[in-house]
Amino acid sequence: MNELRTILGDVVTRLFTDLVTKDLLESAERGEWPAALWQTVEENGLTLPLVAESKGGAGGTWGDAFVVIRAAGRHAVPLPLAETIVGSWLLSGAGLDAPSGPLTIAPARREDTVRLVRAGAGWRLSGSAARVPWGGAAHHVVVVAEAEGRPMVALAARGAAVTRDQNLAREPRDRLVFDGSPVVAAAPAARGVPASAVWLYGALARSAQIAGGLDYLLRQASQYATERRQFGKPIGSFQVIQQNLAVLAGHTAAAGTAAANAFRAADRGDAAFEIAAAKVRVGEAAGVGASIAHQTHGAIGFTYEHALQFVTRRLWSWRAEFGGEGDWAVELGRAVAERGADALWPHLTAR
Amino acid sequence: MQTFRFELGELPPAAEALRAEVREFLRRELGDTPPVLRAHSWGGFDRAFSRKMGARGWIAMTWPKRYGGHERSALERYVVLEEMLAAGAPVSAHWIADRQSGPLLLRFGTEAQREKFLPAIARGELSFAIGMSEPDSGSDLASLRTRAERVAGGYRVNGTKVWTSNAHLADYMIATFRTHHDPARKHEGLTQFLVDTKLPGITMSPIIDLAGSHHFNMVVFEDAFVPEDMRVGEDGAGWKQVTTELAFERSGPERYLSSFALLLELIRAVSKDPGERAAATVGRLVAHLTTLRQMSLSVALMLEAGENPNLEAAVVKDVGTTFEQEVPEVVHALLGIEPTIDSGSDLQQVLGFLMQRAPSFSLRGGTREILRGIIARGLGLR
Repeated sequence: MNELRTILGDVVTRLFTDLVTKDLLESAERGEWPAALWQTVEENGLTLPLVAESKGGAGGTWGDAFVVIRAAGRHAVPLPLAETIVGSWLLSGAGLDAPSGPLTIAPARREDTVRLVRAGAGWRLSGSAARVPWGGAAHHVVVVAEAEGRPMVALAARGAAVTRDQNLAREPRDRLVFDGSPVVAAAPAARGVPASAVWLYGALARSAQIAGGLDYLLRQASQYATERRQFGKPIGSFQVIQQNLAVLAGHTAAAGTAAANAFRAADRGDAAFEIAAAKVRVGEAAGVGASIAHQTHGAIGFTYEHALQFVTRRLWSWRAEFGGEGDWAVELGRAVAERGADALWPHLTAR
Repeated sequence: MQTFRFELGELPPAAEALRAEVREFLRRELGDTPPVLRAHSWGGFDRAFSRKMGARGWIAMTWPKRYGGHERSALERYVVLEEMLAAGAPVSAHWIADRQSGPLLLRFGTEAQREKFLPAIARGELSFAIGMSEPDSGSDLASLRTRAERVAGGYRVNGTKVWTSNAHLADYMIATFRTHHDPARKHEGLTQFLVDTKLPGITMSPIIDLAGSHHFNMVVFEDAFVPEDMRVGEDGAGWKQVTTELAFERSGPERYLSSFALLLELIRAVSKDPGERAAATVGRLVAHLTTLRQMSLSVALMLEAGENPNLEAAVVKDVGTTFEQEVPEVVHALLGIEPTIDSGSDLQQVLGFLMQRAPSFSLRGGTREILRGIIARGLGLR
């Protein structure tokens, strides 16, 4: 990891450690928008890592974004930070300016279609999108849709009809209805960005968040096992606990590697293979990891009082958002089958 | 708690250029070798093949030239290895010496030992076995009891080694014996030796594995005389040498590619018309495989950079062997075809072979339980 990225990692870790407290997480779960946290994150330049410096961004890479999004996952940051990073990247690639304030991206489900239709000199959106992350809190929505035979990126102001909903971690997952809503701006997506970009890069972002969540679980469960005493000694001195935590360590390492690999591929260009592989691998790790972390913590980890659940409930939702392991495994398996058995190894080693 | 580091790295262009050369060589050498033979992976023993590898300069790649090595990078060696394993090449006649015995001699051997053995290993002419386990010493390696007593000019050895893979085919064995006995300090008093497998006083008998194959041996030493100049390293330094040897060899591609031949046959069988279930199964396995390759490469890059990724290596082996063992199970769950020995389709035969081979994946080179103990120590639990 280069030095700048190490510094970036230190900055985000310090910031989230100081500001994303248990109180803040609880108030976010009651539906309060953490305005001060957002402002600090934005002022520290963490929301636009992939936007050029001349456009007010950090002029960085997906590798930098990985550091920020993974840390956000580790700290269960209750903000549409990953969504803003992806949304501003989509805008920037289409030559559009990213507005300040929180962004979200839509549609978040493959079965939802939002249509972008030319209307006079501008464009209008229609259709509905369910489970949009922070759909009601975000100031703007970035939509990618096929229009006139090519993928287009559109920026819409908040104002679409919003029906509130939430995921297991009580993060907003709202339904947005666009009824011929005018857009702020629209332009053809950057080369190589497909019409399914929200789905694809949404999955990429969740992979990093889940990898971060697992980092937390491993550290937290290992620490708890050295502190909690039963039968006169720390429970971590029992081999059965050690073996379980070693399994958690393996999944955590695999999740971090799979996600990092997908972000590296995103910097190279065509990342569909690596993103699919990452979402499959981290999703599987999330299930096993949450289970081991809870088992290690015993009853206290099952309470709302203990902070463990802020992360495990997120992992249970995040692994299903933007496609679960099954969806991505089918997609990946079909692509592998299409290339044929003999192409597998050359393909793997060429990436 | 120690932090795990799996940082991605890129293979240098020289390594990638080598890859094409290796592939072409393998295409010609292996031709239409049937899948069930390729599934033997690093179990295949073929001296002629090893000599060709030596002639190509693909053994001893990282060793100094003065010992017959080629002074290439560990990453170039990694590429050769992963290509060999992915193709199912019979590497076992030179593999152990290239991976363990040669590097051991380079690090701890005498100048005379290096000059005598290393160039022959590099040419693919000298095959090695590893004599560690004993009837009462498996995971608890420090408890081993085979005695090497000092006598005039060398050592007299008495005891028994078991599970010694390919000892009946190998020219030499790197064996660990007890030279001093103090029950309170069992990690001390172990010493490593270069043992000529044809020495008087050595009797070998096959141990047949569950599938009926002979690769394991029991090696009995009865007053076998090992000359002083065949001792490797200091008298009593064996434990440190053995653990170094093991730690550096747990993260290679051999720890996640053992079932690769089965994945290929699975894809071949379902690729014409993969239903959703088959596609999901293949996709999931490929997601695991590609992640493991990146983890393994990451450790290789750390080794090349002179770091000491013991913990990461243990993680790769644990996660990798779990994957290797899962492949036959997943194929069975998906297709329900009968595994066979030498009848039926290629897929059935490869499934039959690997189903029977899979239990060994998490035993060889340190059991799963031992590795997880190492990982737990890294987590600060012990």
